Amino acid sequence: MKNGTDYRWPDEGLTHIPDWIYTSDEIYDRERERIFLGPSWNFIALEAEIPEPGNFKRSYVGDVPVIVTRDNEGQINAFENRCAHRGLEFCRALRGKASEFICPYHQWTYDLTGRLMAVPFRRGDKGKGGMPKDFDMKDHGPRRLNIAIRHGVVFATFSDSVEPLEEYLGPETLEHYDAVFAGRKLKVLGFYRNRLNGNWKLYHENLKDPYHATLLHVYLATFRLMVAGQKSAMFVDKSGRHATAASAKDDSADISAETANEMRNAFRDDMVLEDPEFIKFVPEFDSSWTVTMQTIWPNLIVQRELNTLGIRHIVPRGPHALDMYWTMFGYEDDDAEMTRHRLRQSNLMGPSGYLGVDDNEAIRFVQEGLRRSVTERGIVMLDPESDGNTDTLISEAPIRALYRHYREVMSL
Amino acid sequence: MSSNLSPAEARELRLEIEEFNTEYARTLDAGDVEAWTEFFVEDGFYRVTARENADAGLPIGLVWCEGKPMLRDRAAAILKTMVYAPRYWRHMISNVRVKGLKADGGVVAEANYLILETLMEDETRIFQTGQYRDVFVRSPEGLLLKSRDCVYDSHLIPNDMVYPA
Repeated sequence: MKNGTDYRWPDEGLTHIPDWIYTSDEIYDRERERIFLGPSWNFIALEAEIPEPGNFKRSYVGDVPVIVTRDNEGQINAFENRCAHRGLEFCRALRGKASEFICPYHQWTYDLTGRLMAVPFRRGDKGKGGMPKDFDMKDHGPRRLNIAIRHGVVFATFSDSVEPLEEYLGPETLEHYDAVFAGRKLKVLGFYRNRLNGNWKLYHENLKDPYHATLLHVYLATFRLMVAGQKSAMFVDKSGRHATAASAKDDSADISAETANEMRNAFRDDMVLEDPEFIKFVPEFDSSWTVTMQTIWPNLIVQRELNTLGIRHIVPRGPHALDMYWTMFGYEDDDAEMTRHRLRQSNLMGPSGYLGVDDNEAIRFVQEGLRRSVTERGIVMLDPESDGNTDTLISEAPIRALYRHYREVMSL
Repeated sequence: MSSNLSPAEARELRLEIEEFNTEYARTLDAGDVEAWTEFFVEDGFYRVTARENADAGLPIGLVWCEGKPMLRDRAAAILKTMVYAPRYWRHMISNVRVKGLKADGGVVAEANYLILETLMEDETRIFQTGQYRDVFVRSPEGLLLKSRDCVYDSHLIPNDMVYPA
């Protein structure tokens, strides 16, 4: 059933995914508790977004609103965006600079680390009213999160038992993550935000599914950005939850008649770009791959598509929707021409991207199919020999690896 | 910019820009994205970005086209490679304001825009509200866009943005 009590995974195992993991409110609540609020590291900010003491931004862990700040000592803090008094989500600005936060309702005041600093009329007025004598501000304040930072990317967790960040990510993930973030300071180029009408896990699956890349994205194949037969690989960490989709652009790659035939409508032999400069790759990374797309469980995508770089922050909004907050960036040492190249290349991705639109539409179509049909499960059977790591695009092994981990965490 | 136009000149230009925008909207609402590229000069610039970025001086665009070849590449992608459900768009463009002339004769203007999106089997929704920040130049065929910066208020793009604003 799509939304009921009998949550029994199909007997066939990981090759079959039941619809209710994408549609059920109860499953969503369990994900919130066990995944986002459980022992996981959630992306919350780039340090480049809050470079100076006093800088803050609104953010999310799962669907829980948090405030990320840089305090007067330069340390990063994160705490729930909720007044300890009556529960107001008190920080309303997307980002800014402040010396303290004052809840508008009754002026309770918090410092940049989230500590309660002032309660008006705590001792009452003219001897009347006020807080009980034993009220101690130290015992009241928004819930604070644990923080870990690697190369300018800030992660947070509500958990005290999660492993250290580097261990959580694993060496398979870190190798490609570091190629983007290590050694160079980021420069934020701007933000995109969109609401996708699909379950948040579909976004992870989409990037753990290299099969679609050669078929859905006519643009990729037509302009030789990614074609079956080109050098490509999927790297999955040992837990199965994170993955890196890597490919190497090859302008000289011949597309055989057989490949072109398999690709059916996904290959347009008749198209040429009038301004092909924008999809050129300028080598700048310590990596043999021209593209790496990382899915970092549970809420971060790291995009290195040629020279267009960005992170995508997944904010789940119930089983049927997710918000995607994109931060596009370059590096502080980029010259004007490199910045311009990144801005031109940003046409590939995002809510209006040549590839982005395809994915967002496909995810919406999947959600509609799952929600409205009578059939109750889908299949992910490609590349049965693989446990997740694979060097063919024609694979769904990384999706199965994710659900191996997911079923364990979710007791399904 | 303090206006360097007389009220009569500004009024005349506003009328001309309103006619331009009416044709611009008609062309896009008909789905004719190839003809849309003809509203720009050869080195015309087109960007769509969030007000959040414009206010902070951040350069990123959802769409970033420098010159007609890039505009035509986007038109071709919309027509031939991008995969999306069929939809109707309806542009409402109003509140045209002529701000003044640049030293090179370019006309600096702005207008409000509203885009309504209709997906099949669904209700029509407000897709986006925003402001065009324009520079027009005069050509033998009338005014053309030297640049159009579409700065949208809408905080979340609903799913994705297929056509140009």
